[in-house]
Amino acid sequence: MARQSTDQGTGGESDPGATLKAASTAPQVVGTTPQVTPTKKATRDGYGEAILILGEKNPQVVVLDADTASSTRTGAFAKKFPERFFNVGVSEQDIIGVAAGLAASGKIPFATAYSIFITGKGWDQIRHSVCYSNLNVKIVGSHAGIVTGPDGATHQALEDIALMRCLPRMKIIVPCDALEARRATLAAAEIYGPLYLRLTREPLPVITDESSRFEIGKANILRQGDDLAIIASGSMVWEALKAAEILSQEGVQTRVVNLHTIKPLDEETIVSAAKECGAIVTAEEHQIHGGMGSAVAEVVVKNYPVPMGIVGVKDKFGGSGEAEELLCAYGLKATDIVLSAKDVLTRKR
Amino acid sequence: MNNCKRTDYSGLEKIAKQIRRDIIAMITEAKSGHPGGSLSMTDILAVLYFKQMRHNPKNPQWEERDRFILSKGHACSALYACLARAGYFPPEELLTFRKLHTRLQGHPALDKGLPGIENTSGALGQGLSFACGIALSGRLDKKNYRVYCMLGDGELDEGQVWEAVLTASHYKLDNLCAIVDYNGFQLDGKLDEIKNMAPLTAKWQSFGWQTIEIDGHNYNEIDNAFEQAKKIRGFPTAIIAHTIKGKGVSFIEGDNQWHGKAPTKEQAEKATQELL
Repeated sequence: MARQSTDQGTGGESDPGATLKAASTAPQVVGTTPQVTPTKKATRDGYGEAILILGEKNPQVVVLDADTASSTRTGAFAKKFPERFFNVGVSEQDIIGVAAGLAASGKIPFATAYSIFITGKGWDQIRHSVCYSNLNVKIVGSHAGIVTGPDGATHQALEDIALMRCLPRMKIIVPCDALEARRATLAAAEIYGPLYLRLTREPLPVITDESSRFEIGKANILRQGDDLAIIASGSMVWEALKAAEILSQEGVQTRVVNLHTIKPLDEETIVSAAKECGAIVTAEEHQIHGGMGSAVAEVVVKNYPVPMGIVGVKDKFGGSGEAEELLCAYGLKATDIVLSAKDVLTRKR
Repeated sequence: MNNCKRTDYSGLEKIAKQIRRDIIAMITEAKSGHPGGSLSMTDILAVLYFKQMRHNPKNPQWEERDRFILSKGHACSALYACLARAGYFPPEELLTFRKLHTRLQGHPALDKGLPGIENTSGALGQGLSFACGIALSGRLDKKNYRVYCMLGDGELDEGQVWEAVLTASHYKLDNLCAIVDYNGFQLDGKLDEIKNMAPLTAKWQSFGWQTIEIDGHNYNEIDNAFEQAKKIRGFPTAIIAHTIKGKGVSFIEGDNQWHGKAPTKEQAEKATQELL
């Protein structure tokens, strides 16, 4: 089983054989998933569309990239608004500083690059030039999570949320699909202050629709249930819905919360989930240390302690592979959420 | 510089002495700070704020103002004193430097709302990128303001500086003028012993900048360099200013133990006497 193989030893990156085996023997969830598999689209595409809308609407919006424009989907903006697009080259420290200077002069910059590099290499600049300075810079990281795939661990941002979450004044949004990414981008331009938008390269099922609500800092409950709550973000929201379906067939009424804003946290929705369900599993494509699960645990412990499971990457680096293979190998599928749920339910009360 | 007409700089010299006395008083009162690198850039600041820059202390957010970005944030006592003497805030506030809840933080903080402060600094290497952003914004808005950015020479060890140097030349930011306070020392010692930066001027030139090399304590040269930089089109300008760390106080000059040390009361009195 995928879960067992990746829990052993030092992880998939040092044992490619185990990773491949795990992928090929991963449990199938066909027949227990929500009835229709939605069309897929990458959140980076939702972002690319939104900045075009913003470009039309607001002359103060500018976009920066660090030599990744064709990957991060800022290319269309660059073509349409060349005077408001700045490619600073492979310079993730500089891009943050330049964006901060633009923000200090009244612009609304969207500084865009691969998520691990812009948050990792740019962290000191984000801390001082953006957050401490309280400037209106939007930091956009594409290619987040393990689904970045064959490029391997260097390009798979699994620590970015932890890096951004500890910074005062920072807001963090992890859209679950391309439509939500578009809404999140539009909303980001409307709210003052530092903000990190986490995007994926891999197409994700589009599970929200034109009527879905999006408010920064307000989680969305996608499915009601009182036995257990799964709180998920980004690509794991779809897996959470699938897990809820499996659990419901076993009689576990599962609530699914799309926690698209990791900071500021919707404490009310989290505490309600703890009180009303009595057990929580979080699911994210990020290290289990310092990510969304940690953030939820902090709120739960402080307000209403209940048993919790944290599904995520278990303190190890990623590796090359196809997205789906990696999700299986690293224990990030619906079935892994189900296993965690069952463990949590035995500890309930 | 020989052919430039002579201007009377005695007024500026007087202001610079006042700023230097303030620096000594602030650091002595705070019992900590960075006298060496503050004193080395004081004359350049005096020329900028009291002659070259278009700015209005009564309207610090004036959109057309020239911007001064301090990248070597540890030398902020000089900037605070300069801003106070220019009229941005009362000089009495200078003695709150580095104290609890002060607007005059140990390293400048934009979020404290001190009038005249344009950027946060202290983490070295970040100012020039920030200045590039302001310069790009000015161009986009078709404003005529100029952006000045003061860097330390030790600070040039930071890789981000060179990322920004490339950005500025790529975007032909001729509204941007960097000044390197080339006093030859960094925290641990002489530049050429810690991390050799020579040939410094050639480095900036090879990165696509126009350069002007001056004596950073000669008012005529400082003033003319800024005048010359204003006329350069299509390139950013770097003024490489040869300075003396601790300039103006005999026992601090050129002695790097004063990089980040406060004078005693007695030493402060002696320094102040020298600066009258």
